[in-house]
Parts: sequence; structure tokens; C-alpha cells
Amino acid sequence: MTQQPVPEAQMAGDRAPIINDFTISVGTVNGSGSQTSNATLLRAMFKMGIPVAGKNLFPSNIQGLPTWYDIRVSKDSFLARKDERDIVVAMNPDTFAKDQADVVPGGAFFYDDKIRQPIIRTDISVYPMPVKKLVTDSGAPTNLRDYIANMVYVGALAFILGIDMEKIFAALTYAFKGKKKAIDLNFSVVQAAYDWFATNLIKTDPYLVKPMAEVCEECVLSDGNTAAALGSLYGGLQFCAWYPITPASSLAETVIEWMPTLRKDPETGKLTCAVVQAEDELAAVGMVVGAGWGGLRSMTSTSGPGLSLMAEYLGLAYYAEVPIVVWDVQRVGPSTGLPTRTAQADITFSYFMGHGDTQHVILFPGSVHECFEFGWKAFDLAERLQTPILVLSDLDFGMNQWKTPRFKFPNQPMDRGKILWEEDLERLKGEWARYKDVDGDGIPYRTVLGNRHPAAAYFTRGTGHTENARYSEDPVVWENMLNRIKKKWDIARQIVPKPYVENYGNKIGFICVGSTEPAVQEARYLLEQENILTDYMQIKAIPFTDEVEKFILAHEKNYIVELNRDGQLHQLLRLEYPEVAKAMVSLAHLDGMPLTARWVVKAYKAVEGK
Amino acid sequence: MSNTPAGTTPRPGGVNQIGLTKNDYRGNPSTLCQGCGHNSIASQIIAAIYELSLQPESLVKFSGIGCSSKSPTYFLNRSFGFNGLHGRMPSLATGALFADRTLRGIGVSGDGDSASIGMGQFKHIIRRNVPMVYIIENNGVYGLTKGQFSATAEQGLELKKQGTNPYLPIDIAWEALVGNATFVARSFAGDPKQVKELLKAALAHKGIAVLDIISPCVTFNNEDSAMHSYVWGKDHEIALHDLAFVPKAEEIIVEDYEPGEAREVTMHDGSTVLLRKLERDYDPTDRAHAIEVLEKANCDQCLLTGLIYINPEPPSLIEINNLPEEPLNRLSPERLRPPVESLDAVNATLF
Repeated sequence: MTQQPVPEAQMAGDRAPIINDFTISVGTVNGSGSQTSNATLLRAMFKMGIPVAGKNLFPSNIQGLPTWYDIRVSKDSFLARKDERDIVVAMNPDTFAKDQADVVPGGAFFYDDKIRQPIIRTDISVYPMPVKKLVTDSGAPTNLRDYIANMVYVGALAFILGIDMEKIFAALTYAFKGKKKAIDLNFSVVQAAYDWFATNLIKTDPYLVKPMAEVCEECVLSDGNTAAALGSLYGGLQFCAWYPITPASSLAETVIEWMPTLRKDPETGKLTCAVVQAEDELAAVGMVVGAGWGGLRSMTSTSGPGLSLMAEYLGLAYYAEVPIVVWDVQRVGPSTGLPTRTAQADITFSYFMGHGDTQHVILFPGSVHECFEFGWKAFDLAERLQTPILVLSDLDFGMNQWKTPRFKFPNQPMDRGKILWEEDLERLKGEWARYKDVDGDGIPYRTVLGNRHPAAAYFTRGTGHTENARYSEDPVVWENMLNRIKKKWDIARQIVPKPYVENYGNKIGFICVGSTEPAVQEARYLLEQENILTDYMQIKAIPFTDEVEKFILAHEKNYIVELNRDGQLHQLLRLEYPEVAKAMVSLAHLDGMPLTARWVVKAYKAVEGK
Repeated sequence: MSNTPAGTTPRPGGVNQIGLTKNDYRGNPSTLCQGCGHNSIASQIIAAIYELSLQPESLVKFSGIGCSSKSPTYFLNRSFGFNGLHGRMPSLATGALFADRTLRGIGVSGDGDSASIGMGQFKHIIRRNVPMVYIIENNGVYGLTKGQFSATAEQGLELKKQGTNPYLPIDIAWEALVGNATFVARSFAGDPKQVKELLKAALAHKGIAVLDIISPCVTFNNEDSAMHSYVWGKDHEIALHDLAFVPKAEEIIVEDYEPGEAREVTMHDGSTVLLRKLERDYDPTDRAHAIEVLEKANCDQCLLTGLIYINPEPPSLIEINNLPEEPLNRLSPERLRPPVESLDAVNATLF
């Protein structure tokens, strides 16, 4: 491969170079293979040690509609999405006008020169790309031409920005799983585009990438669904039932992919985990409840519409005290909503889910690594508390590539909770009751299917039952039972993950959950430049732990930032801490796009009248 | 059954081959109406399992919601049971049966539970060939909510306060057959001997065994003219064969049969279902013929009973999942959590 230094001398004007601090936004047609080219750009820059993040903004469609990929390059590791499109690549005639109009003044605009629409802007660098010519010259077979056309902009950007071609080659090798023919064909187009640009175009924009020393040895790129699947397998997942739904499908599919490698029983060579694709979410959760009741670590993954269908069984699992794990990879609702857009809008639904008095334990992974960690922790919590655990991830985590430390092996042994087997019942001389609070913590003991001791069996039901699980309509029995179940909440509060807190003693605090962290942290930095100093807390679970309360009480104003219309986390916090409700302000919105720091700052200032 | 060799069917008040009495198989006293068909079926479940000398702890019971779904409390107190959600018992049973594959599952449902709200799950548990006995106690009404029409009620049925049913009925045995069930039987609570023998055959089947049992509701749907009543059933029943279940350990008394008078179906565990010819020579392994015969019976307004169809061969859902022979829920954490070295390999696959 040939690589020339970027001709800095040829840069027009006296603009200072902008190094490792800009956005690239690529507009293509979905189904054209641009996922590979976009991932290649992301990975190559990642391997140069540069902090990068990519957001896939794709339509609910298989082929033919506009799709964008937004890359944030940030030497300071501000990796939230930015609205400002510095460098734009336009490959789709349908969005050409919008793509051109969006480029920031002084930005760069690459486009497929087959698109014959007018260039109106005079304040940007314009780089037409001879895509058709380069593709034809490559000699690629006709059926692959649309796919490798996207490699032209990879080469163009590589030249203009100075992306290391060796890293691009490595990225292609990864993408094509070492298949030499595919790698070589694609790279040849990248190289051809690079060379053509080097020969025929003059760089007039200021943007550059340079390798950074902080190549994070411990870091990789991964997405939240992959992390969750792997975490579950390392958590001893034994049964998974699922129904396909965007954006959760890849979670279960990754479980299926890794099961044969990771879950082959050392003694028998058989698999110690089973996956069933159910006929719908009603069945998926039903199977998971049956398996959890039977004593298996069981999990399902879904999104909003599926979660709605699961409400009935979740109520049963709550009341009959069956441990299960449900991953909700949140997308925009209500209803079918925006299936390919991110949200944090299932919070109150999850908390209150089910008719009657219910309250559910919720985990909010705050990073891709926590998707892995909560993948295994959720089972320990479910079995310890004998209750469903809802893990709320979202599309942004689930389906985008994030820089993450390598996944760490679980640092605690598996906790199977309070289970009685034959030996235990022998020891107890058969004296036990399924729903009796013997330890005073609200958590009874259970037996599971197949226990051959004559005193083991009991009849589980969603109807009123005594401590011995016998049917009862007695009012005292009912009330005591439901109150005892509520007692478990106090234990849950002690053992769920604690928040991440940055407390410098400031008067103002910003609070969030999940994938909004980068935007909130960047907003705090921007406010700091204006001398507005803030503290920060990322909540990781409900019940809210004591640390959450402590943080809120320590601040005059707490701004709760979230991606939903009604401020759902804000609502639950005010419900929990009503005395300081006035000290909590909601900064909430939902348009399906990943949060930007600019929005947070603007919203804060609007509320403060600034 | 006169054809069963003496000495194997336990005498009343005696013990079975594992030393248990019939009481060891009972449940709580029934709270269903006097004369309810479901009570008769519960008695036959107790009798069948007692006579087969199965350990009560080796069975697990499931049900949905409804009068029929209350009945698992009335048999097998020593077995685990889960009374789940209306129409959703199949998914519950499917997941639970993965926990311990050495257990036999029995699911009790009703026509509301399986043919209305549960139609989807009913069809899919069949197509997965989940290994369990699936009983629908079919009475044409919603008993527990006091007498609304169910999906199996015949068109034109008149019920107090409900008026006349305008809709065409669903036939559960038919739905099971066209849904590719590997064992389809129909019986009638007024024919307890046949119910018992079919239950035994169902328990020996390694896939899903669907039993559509007409179980009259004495309170809401027992007019002599109604299709699901005792009188109508007795008057219109056409048994396909005279059926006997022969456990593996026992011999069939061959001399009771002329050549060609009886068919045998061998189950995968070595037991046999013996089908003595009545009006016709019915081959329950011929699916196309089964469909034809069942369709004709429905047109002729006959209540066809017996073993309608069986295919003992196809693997069950559990078998196709390549799981260890021992119960999955007894595996220790070391056998469930992949070793720490494997995570290095996993991390290495990430970019």
C-alpha cells in the first residue's frame, strides 16, 4: 500500500488545522453495504488511538431508504453525538440537498460525482468523487459494485484526513473475517480512491487525524447487545426464549452464536443452555417464567412493544416470586413508534408493570461494559430476590460500537439464592413452607422442579395463597402476603448496583442513566467553561440506593436528563423523595436521536432563564 | 380391562409395583360441581398413574385458568404444579420442562383456555412436539365465568342468558391433527375406561399427546340436545377401537384376538397400545385417513373417540436441544460458567 503525507502546504487560506476534533457524517442508501465502509473508518481511527464513536441512523427498512452514519472524533474523548456536521459524505441523491445544506460553514463536502445536483455552497470545501470510474476500474464483478462503491469515500477520507492505511487494512481484515479475496478487492478500491485524490484534488479543508499515544491497551470496540449476550452466558444462562424485534434481536442471536463455544459441558460434551425462538413475546416470557420456576437461570430480550405483551406474566412472576431476567433494549414508543431510534421511555412502565400493586427491580447499565457485567449480575439478583429483574438498555448502546475495556470475568461466585434440595429438606425434616419469611428479610426459601423429597412439591399459582402455597381467599392472608413481598424491596435497595458519582461539593447536580452519559459529561464541561460548576451522578438501578438520596439532598438543584417526553426518571425520583421534589428539575426530550451536549446546555439555560 | 394379565393391575385397596397406594396419587378434595366431567377425568388420571406405578414426584402438572385448570389441585399432591395464566400454559410448561427432563409433564386446559385465548400457544406447543400430556377438558362453555359460549360450542346452541351461538365451532382434535401433533386422541368423560387407557398411552408417548376429552358442564351446558352433554355424548359416540395400554413389562394375551382383529402400536419405551377393531379397521398411523375420518364424523354429527392419530417417532423439543441427560437445574456453577481462559479468546474476537 502506498501512503503519502497529507499535503499541508496545499491547504487554502490561513486556517489552523483541526486535529482529531470533528464529526464525519455519511449519507448513503440502506442495504448498500455502507455499514462495512463506515465501520472500517471507525475502526481504523480507533486503532490509531483516537477516541471515536459511531452512531448508525438507519431507517425501519431493508433496502433503499436513506441512512446516515455519524462519527464523532474527539481528542478529549467527548464522544456524544453532535448536531453539527463538519465533514459530510453524500452518496444518496435523495438526500443530497439536505446533506449539502447541513455542512458547517468551512466544512468539507464529499459526494458521488454521478449525482448531478447543483453545488450551491461557496463556503465549504467540495470534493467530488469519481465513484463509478473507480469501481469500474477495480474490475469488481457486477453484483458487488454497489457494495464496494462505498470504499471510494473511505479512500478519499483516508487521503484528506491522513488516516493510516495500515489501520484501514486491519479494519477490512476484521470486517471480512480474513477472507483474502474480499479484503483485497475492497482495499484496492480504497487505495485507488486515495491515489486518485492525491493526484487530482487539493485539500482545502482543515481537518486531520493524527495518531494518539493513549492507545488504550485494554480497550476494544463492542456493542451493548453483544456485551449483554456474553455477560449472560458468563452468568450461567440456562434458558433463553425470545422473539425477534428491533433493536433487541442481535442480543439473542449473539447468545445462539456463542453458545456452542462457551457452553459445552466439560463432562458430557452437551450444551448447558437452550434457546427457543418463541411464537411471540407472550410465549417468550411464559417460557422464561416456566424455566425460572423450574430452577433455571432464564432470560428474554425485547423492546417496548414486546415488553407491553410481557406485562401479564411479569405480574405473575412478581407475585408468585419467580426469578427471571428481562432485557429491554429501548426504542421510541408509544406503539410501534420509531423502531430504529433510541429512547429511555420505558422507565415508569417497567417500574409499575402489571395490574395490582407491583414494583420491579430495574438495572440501568451505564456503559457497554456494564451491559456485560449486568448480564451476569442480573441472574444473581433475580435468584437472590426471587423476583423479575428488568435491565433497561437502549438502541444506542445495543446497536452502536462503543469503546469499552475488555470484558472482565465475573468477580463474584454465582449466587443461586435460597434453594432447598433433598439434603436440605432432610435436615429440616420436611418442615418448610414456600412463602414463609423465616429469615426476617422478606425472602422465603424455594424448592424447584424435580426435587424428589416427598415434602418438596407445592402448587404455584397467581391466585391468593398461604405461606404453604395453598389456595386462599382469606383477606388477612392476602394482605400479609403482598406486604411481605414488598419487604424484599429493602434488601434489593442494599444489593443493586450503586450509582457513579462525581461530587465536588457544587450546588448543582446533573443526573442521568445509561447512554446519555457522554452528552451530559460534555455539557458539564461546556458549562464549566462559563464558570457554571456542577456535580454528576449516573444512576444504575431502582430501588434508588442510599447514595442516590445522599446526592440529591446535597444539591440545591438536581437536573435530571433523560430521553423521554415526560421525565420518567424525574417522576420516580420525586415519588421517592417528595420532600425535595422542588429541588429536582426535568430536562427531558425525545426525538429518537442520541442526546447532544448542545441540547443539554440549551435546556439547562432555558430553565434557568439564561 | 379383561385383556390385561392378572396380577399387574393392582387390586382395589392394594399397592402398586412401587409400594404406593392410590391415596399417594390423590390431591385435595374437588371444589367443582357435583357430576362435573372434570372430576371424572381427575379420577382417571389418578387411576392411570397409580396403575402405571409411576413415582408421583416424577410428574409435574400445569394448567391455565378456568374450571378445568383448577383440577390439577385435585390429583397428585406430591407433584409440583403451576397454575399459570389463561391461555398461556403451553409456554410455561415448555420452559419448565427444560429444567428436569426426567419428569413427565401433564397439562390440563379447557376449551376456552386452549381454543380461544390460547389458540396460538396451543398450536405452537404442538409444532414443537413438547414432551407432555396435554388434556383439554372440553365442555363448550366458560364455566368459571358462568356460562358464556366457548369456541367449541356448536352453531345454534342455546344457553340460558346467552341466546343462540351464531358462530361455527373449532374442533380441538382436528386442530391438533392439522397442526402436526404426533398424538391425537379424543374421549368422553362418560367413558372413563377409555379415558384411562388413553392417558396411559399418552404418558408413554415421547412427544406431545393431545387429549380432547368431552367433559360435560352439568351447570351450564348439559341439555340432552347439546353436543357437549352426557346424553348426547353417549348417544352419538362412535369409538374407533377398543383400546388397551400394555406396559413394557407385561405380555399381550395373544389368544384373546383373532388374527387381524387388533392392531398394535409400539411406543418408544417398549410399551404397546392395543387397538381392537370395532366397526372398522382403523389405522391410527395413517394421517391422511385420520383427517378424512374425522371430517366425515364431524359432518355426520358423530362423537368420534379413541386414538385418532399417533406417530411415536419424531424427537421432542428437549431431545433436539442436545442437553445433558441429567437435570439441567442440578448442574453446579462450575459447569455453567465458562472458564476464565475462555474470556481471553472472546475478547480477542472484538476489534
